[in-house]
Amino acid sequence: MPATRQATLSVIGKAQPRVDGPLKVSGKAMYTSDHNFPGMLYAVPVCATIANGEVQKIDTNAAEKMPGVRAIFVRNTIGKLFRASEGVAFDAEMSHVDENRPPLEDDVVRYYGQYVALAVADTFERASAAADAVKVTYSSRPPNVEPRLAPETNQKVESERGDAAKAFDAAAVQLDQTYDLPPETHNPIELHASVAVWDGTAFTLYESTQGVVNHRNVLAQMLGVPKENVRVVSKFLGSGFGGKLFPWTQSALAAAAARQLGKPVKFVVSRRMMFQSVGHRPRVTQRIRLSATRDGKLTSLRQDWVNHTSILDDYKENCGEATPFMYSVPNLRVTSAQARRHVGPPTPMRGPGAVPGLWATESAMDELALKLGIDPVQLRLVNEPKIDEGLNIPFSSRHLKECLSTGAQKFGWEKRNPSVGSMKRDGLTLGWGMAACSWIAERFAFAASVELRDDGTARVSTATQDIGTGTYTILALLVSERLGLAVDKIEVALGDTRLPPGPLSGGSMVTASAVHAVTEAAAKAIDALLATAAKAHGSKFAGRKASELEYTNAMVHAKGESASSGMPFADLLRAGNLQSVSGAGSSQATFGSASKPKFSSHSFGAQFVEVTWQPEIARLRVSRVVTVIDAGRILNPLAGRNQIEGAVVMGIGMSLFEETSYDPRNGAPINSNLADYIVSSNADVPSLDVHFVEYPDTHLNELGARGIGEIGLAGVAAAIANAVYHATGVRVRELPIKIEDLIV
Amino acid sequence: MQSFEFVRAQDASAAVAASARSNTAQQGASVRFVAGGTTLLDLMKLNVERPLQVVDINRLPLDKIEPLPDGGLKIGATVRNADLAHDPIVQRDYAVLSQALLAGASAQLRNMATTGGNLLQRTRCMYFRDTSMPCNKREPGTGCSAIGGANRTLAILGTSEYCIATNPSDMNVAMAVLEATIHVQGVKGVRSIPFTDFHVLPGNTPQRETVLEPGDLITHVTLPPAPPGSRSFYLKLRDRASYEFALASAAVVVTVADGKVARARMALGGVGTKPWRSTEAESLLTGQLVGDPAFRRAADAALRDAKPQSQNGFKVELAKRCLVYALKQATQSA
Repeated sequence: MPATRQATLSVIGKAQPRVDGPLKVSGKAMYTSDHNFPGMLYAVPVCATIANGEVQKIDTNAAEKMPGVRAIFVRNTIGKLFRASEGVAFDAEMSHVDENRPPLEDDVVRYYGQYVALAVADTFERASAAADAVKVTYSSRPPNVEPRLAPETNQKVESERGDAAKAFDAAAVQLDQTYDLPPETHNPIELHASVAVWDGTAFTLYESTQGVVNHRNVLAQMLGVPKENVRVVSKFLGSGFGGKLFPWTQSALAAAAARQLGKPVKFVVSRRMMFQSVGHRPRVTQRIRLSATRDGKLTSLRQDWVNHTSILDDYKENCGEATPFMYSVPNLRVTSAQARRHVGPPTPMRGPGAVPGLWATESAMDELALKLGIDPVQLRLVNEPKIDEGLNIPFSSRHLKECLSTGAQKFGWEKRNPSVGSMKRDGLTLGWGMAACSWIAERFAFAASVELRDDGTARVSTATQDIGTGTYTILALLVSERLGLAVDKIEVALGDTRLPPGPLSGGSMVTASAVHAVTEAAAKAIDALLATAAKAHGSKFAGRKASELEYTNAMVHAKGESASSGMPFADLLRAGNLQSVSGAGSSQATFGSASKPKFSSHSFGAQFVEVTWQPEIARLRVSRVVTVIDAGRILNPLAGRNQIEGAVVMGIGMSLFEETSYDPRNGAPINSNLADYIVSSNADVPSLDVHFVEYPDTHLNELGARGIGEIGLAGVAAAIANAVYHATGVRVRELPIKIEDLIV
Repeated sequence: MQSFEFVRAQDASAAVAASARSNTAQQGASVRFVAGGTTLLDLMKLNVERPLQVVDINRLPLDKIEPLPDGGLKIGATVRNADLAHDPIVQRDYAVLSQALLAGASAQLRNMATTGGNLLQRTRCMYFRDTSMPCNKREPGTGCSAIGGANRTLAILGTSEYCIATNPSDMNVAMAVLEATIHVQGVKGVRSIPFTDFHVLPGNTPQRETVLEPGDLITHVTLPPAPPGSRSFYLKLRDRASYEFALASAAVVVTVADGKVARARMALGGVGTKPWRSTEAESLLTGQLVGDPAFRRAADAALRDAKPQSQNGFKVELAKRCLVYALKQATQSA
């Protein structure tokens, strides 16, 4: 039995500024490329300038003679690099990499920017100049970067019930449309970087990674050394958006170069390379077929999607993630397929699958509402399911209807005139649109340790990482809540594979996964402390039973007596001549589990958007966004709001600006910089309303917390496209929505 | 980036002497002046510019904005864009220039970028900036990748089969309608160049963008006095609200008398291979009743010779709407 304590929450649910904020604003937070070592060398790759062909010859003569150059590595000089085996469990043994081919494995070039050689020199500038001086001769074939996608490989039925084709043909109202999403590049402001240190036996790898444990497991295999000989450190990230979930080839190259040269090697991926060789959200085309009765009851839903993937890797953008359970519909069929292109391997980007999927299905729901003459909010309400009809199990906690009604009320939706272009303000035409959204609510395996220390502080440690979302702060809150110890007395140690194995920062799952593990670890540390209290000579409770003791606000006291009659944690430890006591805790993974769940766990939300439109100058701007989210209990409302707001900003970019353009002739991502790849600027973002409907989902963990990192993006694109239609009468089914789509 | 020599010019003659040793004052120059560096350093990092010597002119006394006796204005070559945009005389008499400058880049870049540098701002054509791609402007004779490639942002006016690169400057569009004069000190002494003669069309030599020769140092720009009763306006249209080059922009200076246009100056940005002043549209509008029909006719004339590429056909209509809207703003309730 864990120690008992009062059940009232003291810090959970209250606004807590980032505990790592002072480190970040003072420049003391060490990001990967901030790590420097004596004798460190700099690596700069030679990037292929073709997307399809072979390397015929690499002339390194001139480059090798340049000042400060230590080596120009090519395929047969970099040393042996192995492939990593696929370990699919989302636990400490996880081993996944989206680009499975080790760098320089063969002479075939399969995407533009693929590394074909590596220059290493004593300064970054000299390494760059040397890389520029390497002359590569290719035999080149035309690349296939064709934007129109047709199913080529791996056609698969993802979910099916009833007979969707038959129901569609028989239906009173039908909709059949195709929705396209271009490739998007993650573009976290912190560039991918690797700093590798080799001591002759073991590697220490400083990495910008969203998963130190997976990164360690993969790199140990690629480098051919035991896992215990690789330590991966990632203390702070300038975000990742999914692009840093899995190792990219610069990591193995930096480590291999460090081993070959016996010096630390730093490899920072340039902004241009960020568009080439570290993943992207793939291009997706989705055909959506909906049918309904005249009163708006869905009778069938079909979603058939194709996403592009690279030549060697089978990346599936799981666009059907939310489709089977979003609405009640008796006949449904969801299929997936891929089409190979000469592009770098795609990888998850914030809200993978669901975000592109909901862009299509929620646009289609809006189009269906128009056909039916039913309000779009009402159409969703009348199709609310009682259970998850895809899995035939109840929802753990679903409050989409409340999100829809609360959002409509806060937005003022009842004042909407559905007629296109009819609403005006200050000489501008208004468009009002909305969409529903959803995201998975699951857990990864999570191990944590909590120590109580004789200086009155506690330390919680786990090998997950904070990618900028607030994990340091959440873990401090969880420990504070359990111990009754002030947040500033809690040290949080993350981002190091020497710590108990923690999960990827992905899928919005870290917080939900941490709750039980951290709480259990803290409880066990308390148990150890009470045992000490019951026997240490200097303890005022020496000789009593531990079961007669309890604790309040970091004070141990006898049950039924006041906290002030007790002894502080630290005094008890000193009494026992203990520097610390500790406890370990763990959570089990639900994600990836083979067993059928008892409950369908998802977060839900509704997003309402106002756009302004000035046809006389073709100017479209987003002027209001209201988001209502059902994500269980919100542990830190500051971080929660921040995540949703950031996702909406990203959604504005996805809807109106973002698109990676591949040159049709050589396959280069041609707009590979932040001036030509347009993302939202501050001026594009209006004030954002964020509301949470808080129903703790205790099926997932005892606090009822789900994840909030991704869901805020999931409805934005459809809501904006729907608002644009309402303002302009133009239905855009291919993102981003551009001026040329609207200038008619 | 390749190694280069960095020297600091002590006076204008020394700068001219250094530059005179350059093979050219155009693409591929072996000697470059640096002031704000907001274009040059970028291009050097990309290996698009590979000067052997970079001559710092920041210490030269060219950073003053001075009223001229005739009511005009003298603007030193190293006056920063931010200082120029916020100068009270500029804001009062040359509003279009202030608006154009503030529509460009970001506050940080405007704090560095200079008047002379902005006159020489290089194109943002993605192929010009990528040395792995053919580009006639960067490497004459290699071909134009933008024709048939990603050309959504590129020019529709003044293009040739050799180059469709857009002049990206906002300031230049305002300078065109203000009829600025560019003052140069060169190996043969000083000379002045009317703004419309300063930039040249790409033709079959797109590597040549201006009339400057080795040794030429832009010392200052002069503006004639603002025409009495004139009003001016700059409108920039782009995908996002800030920090993006124009898809189309328009600068106008208009004088209205008795409901008719007495004098008009009009130029377009984001659509031309040089800052695109349309004297044809100006004369067409002069004497016309203020209002949409005349504005639209002027806009049609300004875009009559437009040659869209595969992705930028929308710019024709966008530029017209931009110009019409700017004219309306400059003439409403005058």
